[in-house]
Amino acid sequence: MKKFNVLTTTCVPLNVESVDTDQIIPARFLKTTNREGFGANLFCDWRYDSNGNPTPGFVLNSKMYGGQALVAGKNFGCGSSREHAAWAIAGYDFRVVIAPLFADIFRGNALNNGVLPVQLSEAFVEAIFGEVEKNPQVTVTVDLPAQKVTINSTGQSEQFDINPYKKYCFINGYDDIDYLLSIKDKVEAYELSRVKSGALS
Amino acid sequence: MSQTLFDKIWERHVVESIADGPDVLYIDRQLIHEVTSPQAFDAMRRRGLKVFRPQQVTATPDHNTPTLNQHLPIREEASRKAVEALRQNCRDNGIAIFDLNTDYNGVVHIVGPELGLTQPGMTIVCGDSHTATHGAFGCIAFGIGTSEVEMALATQCLLQSKPKQMRITLKGKLQRGVGAKDAILYLIAQLTASGGTGCFVEYAGEAFRSMSMEERMTVCNMSIEMGARGGLMAPDEATFRYVKGRMYAPQGAEWEEKLSCWKTLFTDSDASFDKEYIFDAEDIKPYITYGTNPGMGMGIDEAIPPDEPNVKALEYMGFKAGEKLLGKPVSYVFIGSCTNGRIEDFRAAAQIIRGRKKAANVFAYLVPGSKSVERQAREEGLAAIFEEAGFTFRQPGCSACLAMNEDKVPAGEYCASTSNRNFEGRQGAGARTLLVSPLTAAAAAVTGKITDPRELM
Repeated sequence: MKKFNVLTTTCVPLNVESVDTDQIIPARFLKTTNREGFGANLFCDWRYDSNGNPTPGFVLNSKMYGGQALVAGKNFGCGSSREHAAWAIAGYDFRVVIAPLFADIFRGNALNNGVLPVQLSEAFVEAIFGEVEKNPQVTVTVDLPAQKVTINSTGQSEQFDINPYKKYCFINGYDDIDYLLSIKDKVEAYELSRVKSGALS
Repeated sequence: MSQTLFDKIWERHVVESIADGPDVLYIDRQLIHEVTSPQAFDAMRRRGLKVFRPQQVTATPDHNTPTLNQHLPIREEASRKAVEALRQNCRDNGIAIFDLNTDYNGVVHIVGPELGLTQPGMTIVCGDSHTATHGAFGCIAFGIGTSEVEMALATQCLLQSKPKQMRITLKGKLQRGVGAKDAILYLIAQLTASGGTGCFVEYAGEAFRSMSMEERMTVCNMSIEMGARGGLMAPDEATFRYVKGRMYAPQGAEWEEKLSCWKTLFTDSDASFDKEYIFDAEDIKPYITYGTNPGMGMGIDEAIPPDEPNVKALEYMGFKAGEKLLGKPVSYVFIGSCTNGRIEDFRAAAQIIRGRKKAANVFAYLVPGSKSVERQAREEGLAAIFEEAGFTFRQPGCSACLAMNEDKVPAGEYCASTSNRNFEGRQGAGARTLLVSPLTAAAAAVTGKITDPRELM
């Protein structure tokens, strides 16, 4: 996994609530058996019309907005467990998604793919939308060690929560699987103890 | 110390707790299908890893499979390759697969319980958010991403932080013509599509207790649609009766031993929850959604709230705030999915369809959830009732629930659907989904419009 420390970037504002994983990457794109190439189809049905032409007005098609932070409304990533949604966001080169609430499975998938889900208050996310609307060149700084996001045009900042273990993994680029593989002897001991104790199931 | 049902199962599966971090949770059973597993196997090959406990993993292709002419090769190349990759990965790793054209193929969350793979007290995962279904048996069952599929294949464990806990109590009895699907759509509408985020839900109370196992599965299945990672119900005699004698169920002395363990799986009377809600079953009518998330629902005879704030959803659906849906024409009907593709769902549909004809303006997908359901529907004469009414009774698969195979709803068309998601484009680009019960879907199929099923009963 890519390491993450401090990122200063412009934002792509997607002020929509309950953006579901069928919008992030529609099911028809889930047939390939690799992890690459999903960025091209990120938000496909919002981004392109039925003839495959870019939909004017959709934020990814706007020349004004860019950067490595996607800012969205609450309940981002609800719906299916498809990790392809995180692959599509990472594939488009976003490193951060900022929203007032994340769906649980998406949050986990993002964390496993080097995309930092940053949950901030609705008021603070509104403030980002407001500043970016006024000036698309406005940057935010996402400081993972300090667990803080700053809107650089106003100096306004807010703390965010992250599990200390996950923070450590993210800063150092460690995957969960590396840890699990390192404790396999404990897993085997656990299995044995369950057999001895008359396992529940 | 008093514990919830969830606490009891979780605690027994913690291999170790990381200080300031997640728990290492042991996984009893993993189910896999062709969409979310190939990248996990690829990554394992790259890392030189083997499947740790192949006998605890079971596969069934379902998302991409056609629902007609399954004996022929899958026409679409990408779908065919995905199913072939699943077969190869199972062969290479010694994983049991219930393949297409075999007796027990079907939708993963229907097949698991049918085969007795799902048992009380287990931790069960699958790369599919509707894994919550298995919670009906008193399991901690939840959907995972592909990186976690890889972790569970390689180590039989996941790193998980213990979620918050919510209890939803449904008092009293459901009215005639109102079923498990109406109940869960009602609850999601009350709590919203994100009301359960961060939580695991325990469903309690008389209305759930008196449900069959299949109805309980319908309820738990849609826990994810209120944002909850999963939902579960305490196992009881109905659970034990359902599991007993199935292919993977314990037998003899082992059955007795497990049964005595399973009987300890309930929430202690003084255990507490982070959130608690109580509803009355008698308030629930046949339910229908009118928007583009499952929380946008209402009683079938009600009007869309005049102050509905989600204007984008109403525009997509072609509805106006304040209008009723009763009498609106629908051109597609889908009865099936892991939510409502079981035998009781087709019995309910047959109750409405018997002696009536398919409406001329309707195209319907009637898709059993498994080969077992398909066989039973034929044996019970349900398939004959559907065919006599002008419907085609198909072969099992996920089908029009997520439109990964040929079963799609065209842009702009309305579909009364027993599936679980009404997201934009879920049933095909531009399709407009109305989530309903099997009774309501069947009523739409024979009248060609949104109809209160109680009028036809």
